[in-house]
Amino acid sequence: MQTLIENFSERIREAAARRTPLRLRGGGTKDFYGCSLEGELLETGPYRGVVDYEPSELVITARCGTPLAEVERTLDQGGQMLAFEPPHFGERATLGGCIAAGFSGPRRAYAGSARDYILGARLLDGRGQDLRFGGQVMNNVAGFDLSRLVTGSCGSLGLLLDLSLKVLPKPEKELTLSFECTDAQAIERMNQWAGRPLPLSASCYLQGRLHLRLSGAHSAVDAGVVKLGGEQVPDAGDFWRDLREQRLPGFGGTLWRLSVKSSAPPLGLPGSSVIEWGGALRWIATDAPAEQIHAAARNASGTAARFRGGARTEPPFLLTAAILELQRGLKATLDPDSILNPGRLHPQI
Amino acid sequence: MGKIESVTSPEHGHAHEQGPADPALRALLVERLAEVLDAAGLLCEPEELRPYECDGLSAYQCVPLVVALPANEEQVCKCLAVCHELGVPVVARGAGTGLSGGALPHAQGVTLGLSRLSRILEVDPLARTARVQPGVRNLAISEAVAPLGLYYAPDPSSQIACSIGGNIAENSGGVHCLKYGLTVHNVIRLRVATIRGEILELGSDGLDTPGYDLLALMIGSEGLLGVVTEITVRLLPKPECAQVVLAAFASVAEAGAAVAKVIGAGIIPAGLEMMDKLATAAVEQFVHAGYPLDAEAILLCESDGTTEEVAAEIAHVSEVMRASGATQIRTSRDDAERLRFWSGRKAAFPAVGRILPDYYCMDGTIPKRKLADVLMGIAALSRQFGLQCANVFHAGDGNLHPLIMFDANEADQAERAAQFGSRILELCIEAGGTITGEHGVGAEKIGEMCLQFGRGELETFLGVKRTFDAKGLLNPGKAVPTLHRCAEFGAMRVRRGQERFPDLPRF
Ligand SMILES: Cc1cc2nc3c(=O)[nH]c(=O)nc-3n(C[C@H](O)[C@H](O)[C@H](O)COP(=O)(O)OP(=O)(O)OC[C@H]3O[C@@H](n4cnc5c(N)ncnc54)[C@H](O)[C@@H]3O)c2cc1C
Repeated sequence: MQTLIENFSERIREAAARRTPLRLRGGGTKDFYGCSLEGELLETGPYRGVVDYEPSELVITARCGTPLAEVERTLDQGGQMLAFEPPHFGERATLGGCIAAGFSGPRRAYAGSARDYILGARLLDGRGQDLRFGGQVMNNVAGFDLSRLVTGSCGSLGLLLDLSLKVLPKPEKELTLSFECTDAQAIERMNQWAGRPLPLSASCYLQGRLHLRLSGAHSAVDAGVVKLGGEQVPDAGDFWRDLREQRLPGFGGTLWRLSVKSSAPPLGLPGSSVIEWGGALRWIATDAPAEQIHAAARNASGTAARFRGGARTEPPFLLTAAILELQRGLKATLDPDSILNPGRLHPQI
Repeated sequence: MGKIESVTSPEHGHAHEQGPADPALRALLVERLAEVLDAAGLLCEPEELRPYECDGLSAYQCVPLVVALPANEEQVCKCLAVCHELGVPVVARGAGTGLSGGALPHAQGVTLGLSRLSRILEVDPLARTARVQPGVRNLAISEAVAPLGLYYAPDPSSQIACSIGGNIAENSGGVHCLKYGLTVHNVIRLRVATIRGEILELGSDGLDTPGYDLLALMIGSEGLLGVVTEITVRLLPKPECAQVVLAAFASVAEAGAAVAKVIGAGIIPAGLEMMDKLATAAVEQFVHAGYPLDAEAILLCESDGTTEEVAAEIAHVSEVMRASGATQIRTSRDDAERLRFWSGRKAAFPAVGRILPDYYCMDGTIPKRKLADVLMGIAALSRQFGLQCANVFHAGDGNLHPLIMFDANEADQAERAAQFGSRILELCIEAGGTITGEHGVGAEKIGEMCLQFGRGELETFLGVKRTFDAKGLLNPGKAVPTLHRCAEFGAMRVRRGQERFPDLPRF
């Protein structure tokens, strides 16, 4: 494996010397995401395998090319899981791609996001330097939190090598309830219920129905069902998986992702919408102009980003001049020659 | 706590690098700050400055040039702009409870106290958020939202005093962070004033924002990247009930193994804390928490949730503890008893301080499986340095707090305590852990940063710092060492003959 790292490092140094961009790629399942895909391909797949996993430490360390499915299988054998429930978007998804994209799934509003669970990252920066940030322990405040910063950076700050993540035990029991209601009622209820001590672990409103998942000890889930009412959905595992993988209706066409205040009323944008994360995530499939979507997000105290489809050369999200300058400064710190996935996250970064 | 002389030693190189202040510059600074602050907002007299000379790590002391106490965000920005223009260092300060000298003043700098920004600006019961100013005390948030059945989860033991701004800067944790996370997991939005006096909005009222995660980068950055002026925290519903199991063990190793078994059994307790015999003895004299004094170690394991859930989990925990060889198991019968069990743990630091006049609280994290080894290592160091050390431990997270006891009036004890502490941090690094779990690097652990990180990482940190603060005016000399400082630190260690990583590169 050390030889592989040296090869990666050599390629990065060479690319930096020639100032020719590299395109880092795990399984390629997220090629749809972000802007520019330019650059010579550097495949991370061969650098794979779980490095360390001890269930009682609640930590797994694996190499970037490890298939996400393999990570999940390993955890499953220890009765544990990735609590942020990442989407795969294809069988070839790797752990490196998962963290570089920084996506989180249905459990996010209740258990936390990818960046909440990252503990440490070993990476090669744009000079090919082998750097280690964070570690394999939970409480760790030595140095700036670079492992969280690289989560969601779309490979633009470094080639992620080894990643350490906090993991959690799988719940004893999971059960899904469904309610017929309007979108406004669903938002109201999701927020009200999240303010009560109920074992919620996912929520979704689509096609006139609110779905709620309860997870935890048998006793807690059973007590929750009594308090909430609604109809029980049999075999709901598939529903949440299909939602996570965007295989349900409502995710077609140009897809926008709006991250807003959870209690914000329905956004009133044209097109179809799916609501997740207790109201804090609104997916909108629409051909409406970008300005209209950004304005709606702003009104709801949040932000919008183009997620899938649309014009890939356009900036997918808005940044103020000051924030853009800082982001470019961070990029220049880790990748001074701008050769790691330049323009993938945003045309100007 | 007594002085460890470190302020002037090359080891920490602080005051000696800062030199005497330029009187003309000071006069100009005072004049310019007086234009932007109200009368109560500017302290210049020696007796006014004295209370600001240290934070919770009182071994490190330094009187600031002046103290500015802005009354609002606008004044914060204006103060920063003045300092930026004049090239004057700025040290932000919350409540001054930090334990790593993070808010230690700079001899030629302004201490920017945020205690007057102490308003809770907005509570949104439906979205479960609170928007607060940085000087608000941690506990004040939970108290304000308690009538809504909500609370703010991170609960450092200092929560009655420490400020939320300080919590952001340190990414503070508490006894409940195993289940509910650290500060970074419970904050969604910040307003931050840059050194140029401009406001940045990081995060949003949603759960994430596109682009690099500057919110996460800002949290735990120890006042080096900006001054936090407003915080939006997430609030959680208060659990229906909570109960604690107190289990006693005949050895620290067995208690450590029990921790692994509880977690291995799929339980994430709301809190899981360990105290060794020296710590329980110190505490019992003082708070009468009812701890068994013959045990080598005790565990406190809290379960919270619905009544049904807690009953089931407590039964499960007790069973695991018994199977792990606990010599005694007690379960809190009511909330009063639960709080009494915790009172000892929460008062551990001051209690230890009653045995000997001074104590030095260390903070490192290790993988839990290394616990017994590291504690044995600490016991050996304790004999070597001739100083007692009590251990309290966020066992679920692997975060150790060894409390080194000493008497600063006795010859060289303070210096021995400092060396002992440094050696404990080395043990943590060797065990695959880190030199600070939650108290931060501050001025205290700047040398140990050179052991944990190599040149490449440190250069990256310095690059991040330059991106936000090109002139290096925000809290200089803290958190991230210069490469020059690391070279000095290395040389000092060689002189002391404790070169333990001869193969590490020296800068
Ligand atoms: C008895 C005791 C128990 C403790 N228990 C715990 C514990 O359980 N867990 C834990 O994590 N910590 C604990 N601490 C440490 C300390 O309370 C925390 O680090 C706390 O977050 C510091 O808050 P403060 O307001 O006192 O900050 P200060 O000490 O004033 O400052 C700390 C750092 O934050 C910076 N800062 C302060 N305000 C701002 C701002 N608005 N913007 C930018 N930077 C700022 C300062 O420059 C400094 O670097 C304990 C301390 C004591 C004395």
